[in-house]
Amino acid sequence: MLIKIRRPWELKESSVTPEPHFRQRRKLLQAAAAAGVGAAMPAIARVAPPKQGRRLSNVRDSEWGRELEPTDFDDITSYNNFLELGAGKRAPARNADKLRTRPWSIRVNGACEKPGQIDIEDILRKIPQEERIYRFRCVEAWGMIVPWDGFSLGTLLKRFEPTSKARYVAFETLYDPEHLPGQRRNILDWPYREGLRMDEAMHPLTMLVTGVYGMELPAQNGAPLRLIVPWKYGFKSIKSIVGIYFVEKEPATTWAALQPEEYGFYANVNPEVDHPRWSQKYERRIGEGLFARKHKTLKFNGYAEEVAHLYKGMDLRKFY
Amino acid sequence: MASDLAFHRLLKPLLFLACLAPCARLLWGIQTDDLGPNPLETVTHTTGDWALRLLLVTLAMTPLRRLVHAAWPLRLRRMLGLFAFFYACLHFATWLVLDQELRWSDIVVDIGKRPYVTVGFAAWLLLVPLALTSTRRAMRRLGRRWSQLHKLVYLATLLAVVHYLWLVKADLRDPLLYAAVFAGLMLLRVPWRWLFQERRTPRRGEMSGG
Repeated sequence: MLIKIRRPWELKESSVTPEPHFRQRRKLLQAAAAAGVGAAMPAIARVAPPKQGRRLSNVRDSEWGRELEPTDFDDITSYNNFLELGAGKRAPARNADKLRTRPWSIRVNGACEKPGQIDIEDILRKIPQEERIYRFRCVEAWGMIVPWDGFSLGTLLKRFEPTSKARYVAFETLYDPEHLPGQRRNILDWPYREGLRMDEAMHPLTMLVTGVYGMELPAQNGAPLRLIVPWKYGFKSIKSIVGIYFVEKEPATTWAALQPEEYGFYANVNPEVDHPRWSQKYERRIGEGLFARKHKTLKFNGYAEEVAHLYKGMDLRKFY
Repeated sequence: MASDLAFHRLLKPLLFLACLAPCARLLWGIQTDDLGPNPLETVTHTTGDWALRLLLVTLAMTPLRRLVHAAWPLRLRRMLGLFAFFYACLHFATWLVLDQELRWSDIVVDIGKRPYVTVGFAAWLLLVPLALTSTRRAMRRLGRRWSQLHKLVYLATLLAVVHYLWLVKADLRDPLLYAAVFAGLMLLRVPWRWLFQERRTPRRGEMSGG
């Protein structure tokens, strides 16, 4: 099943060691020493493992983001925007145990030949998972580096055989006020909805995520299945997905519907296009401390080479 | 007087320390690296929250005086107001230095362009002359104009509440709570008795005329 691909970094690594790699290696060694496995530690564990949670089985490595140094697991899992689990960055982690992630299935229908349902256990067992280290950029001008585990969204979508009418893909979060207490108040028009153009959805960078740091995704990060579109602002990356629909017209999305002049359908990370409330030129990297300098935000969050062609000829100020 | 002694020796110093506590906690948090994953956000929110809270507490002193029939609330007012200004300055300085990193062109653009920044800056600006004229000497020199000038605190607090309302993304609960407290404190200032008497006076005139 697994095809061994020769990895492009294997040669480079033996020549020069840039500082981040060096530090990552130190982390690996420390982690290995802590786990008491020493040389038996597989090359996959580049980052210190978290202290809690259930480890995902069969996550293979990938080349994505090997040059990036990931944000700490504790920061990634304690600083979240997930209004369904409470307002404020800390509330989702506090309320995490309220969400039930089993049993869980995702219905996929609309403009496709084989509509149906897929269970999260099938997704975990039957679709090969890989770790990819991506930049994550929130519209609130902060960012993280996250080692996500999952697979390209396209892998799943193809199974349902979308027809030529499928020009967009719409996503929906679970609606369950009993287990998602934030939904008891009408802060947003629940359930949360998001969408992508078909070519964005099929882009290999676009990911369905089942874990972080090799661990099953914590509730506050959108368990058990969430979207990650690394070149778009975080709010596009919908959490706790229960529905995926192939549609012909651009679907309504939650934030864009609430405040159309502030949030657009595309929401591509772009330092040249300001949000009315936040300048998007710079971002604060979570975990770097109070006095760290901000980072310059990169166009398409640093993925311009891979995705800029999707928007050729489009006025990105108009389609923000 | 014993109560005077209690005021100077106990109430005022204790309140002074209490007002410093949020700042001390932040400093301790910086020292121990315990301000959460986004320490800048923690510092910004904490200083902003306390600036607004202390403005509201300052505004509560006048109605409180009427409630307790004593002068001590008024004698705490200046200290509380200056602490509100202190936190407003920390809040503003945090934004200038740590958030904007002193990129002045960006700062000017942000103040002009983003409504919540505009009103926040205006609120801070309005507090500056009030802090500068908070001395006994300024009070004496300005005479009646002093109390006129210091009515600006109502506008400054209103702008601070609006600043909070406009920066929140979706959950308006907290800013609305502050807005409600502000509205309540303003309602207490309406001279209800005077309005009531005004309405009654012509009636009495009618009766005597009949």
